Amino acid sequence: MNMNMTIIGQIISFIIFVYLCMKYVWPPLTAALAERQKKIAEGLDAADKAARELEEAQQSVEAVLQESKAQAATLIEQANKRASQIVDEAKETAQAEADRIKAAAAADVEQEVNRAKEVLRAQVATLVVAGAEKILGASIDVNNHQELVDKLAAEL
Amino acid sequence: MASGMTSSEYIAHHLTNLTYGNHPDNGWSFAHSAQEASEMGFMAINVDSMAWSIGLGTFFIWLFSRVARTATTGVPSGTQNFVEMIIEFVDENVKNVFHHKNALIAPMALTIFVWVFLMNLMDLIPVDWIPSIAGMMGIHFMKIVPSTDLNVTLGMSLAVFILIIFYSIQQKGIGGFLAELSLQPLGKWALPFNLFLELVGLIAKPISLALRLFGNMYAGEMIFILIALLPFWAQWLLSVPWALFHILIITLQAFIFMVLTIVYLAMAHDHH
Repeated sequence: MNMNMTIIGQIISFIIFVYLCMKYVWPPLTAALAERQKKIAEGLDAADKAARELEEAQQSVEAVLQESKAQAATLIEQANKRASQIVDEAKETAQAEADRIKAAAAADVEQEVNRAKEVLRAQVATLVVAGAEKILGASIDVNNHQELVDKLAAEL
Repeated sequence: MASGMTSSEYIAHHLTNLTYGNHPDNGWSFAHSAQEASEMGFMAINVDSMAWSIGLGTFFIWLFSRVARTATTGVPSGTQNFVEMIIEFVDENVKNVFHHKNALIAPMALTIFVWVFLMNLMDLIPVDWIPSIAGMMGIHFMKIVPSTDLNVTLGMSLAVFILIIFYSIQQKGIGGFLAELSLQPLGKWALPFNLFLELVGLIAKPISLALRLFGNMYAGEMIFILIALLPFWAQWLLSVPWALFHILIITLQAFIFMVLTIVYLAMAHDHH
């Protein structure tokens, strides 16, 4: 085993290889590794954020759903109320109409009765005159006794 | 085992580097034996170690920078995934041990880990394959595991040692560094003793770093060579379990070299 210039040759080649490694190997590879690390971290962050957003969205969906349910319930209640109101109104109207018709009918009836009474009255006057003529045996001058007859008829 | 060699020749052959250097008699030439290589002294270079080491380092840079160029931040491809796994493993180790700001440490740890691992990995290639091919091409010696060459491991640990000194002085100033070396653990009245203790500790760092890796890989290689001396039909009985076990060792040694480098440099940054 001889010690010789190989030592120096090895020192020189060592320096050269370390220099080359320092310049062309280490920086790009560690940079790539760091970059990838960053990318992965960002990806994980994004995934976390997406999960959070999803949760938030679900919560807002829930809220909207709740609200619309409540609205629907209110609407249905209002509709029910309105319906019963309409029914009540209809009932009232119908009642009023019925009352009105009844009143009209009653008025008609009364009118008929009155008219019949008028007719009867007129006929009564005639009958009274005729009856009185029969009883007196003489004709009665209607004109002379007009007042009397009318009084009689009015009393009927 | 190649024919026409004794066992000791075979082992010696497999443990000899292809050395090119200034021989006192032959001038600049390839050494034809371990003897000639050692006669060359310091003015020589282990061509096989350097070639495999630089080749594997280039492979590492090529593979990783290719992935780095095409790196996407989306879903990674198989290769990118594999590379990112290693990067994250290294980064995690650096972050656990080294708490200062220094753009050099992590890439250096990555380079050390992968490069040392690849150099160790050559140990799992059957010991005769590449030396035989090289022999056919007329290359007499071919040691393909650079980390079984003490020059290689010591070269790396010395580079780390230089960085330890550099960052110690840069972080604490020369005075602070010297104070750290001389004023502890026993206070200023035992200054020479402290200095001796701390200097031994300091110098032990690169030496232990280099010798640990070298020793493990050299021993592993040696055992593979010894197994290769067995009759061919019996080799698998030992080489397969040893290779499986060795997968653990080569990874572990690369990891230890990396972690200790980080620890030493973190200590250089820490103020005591």
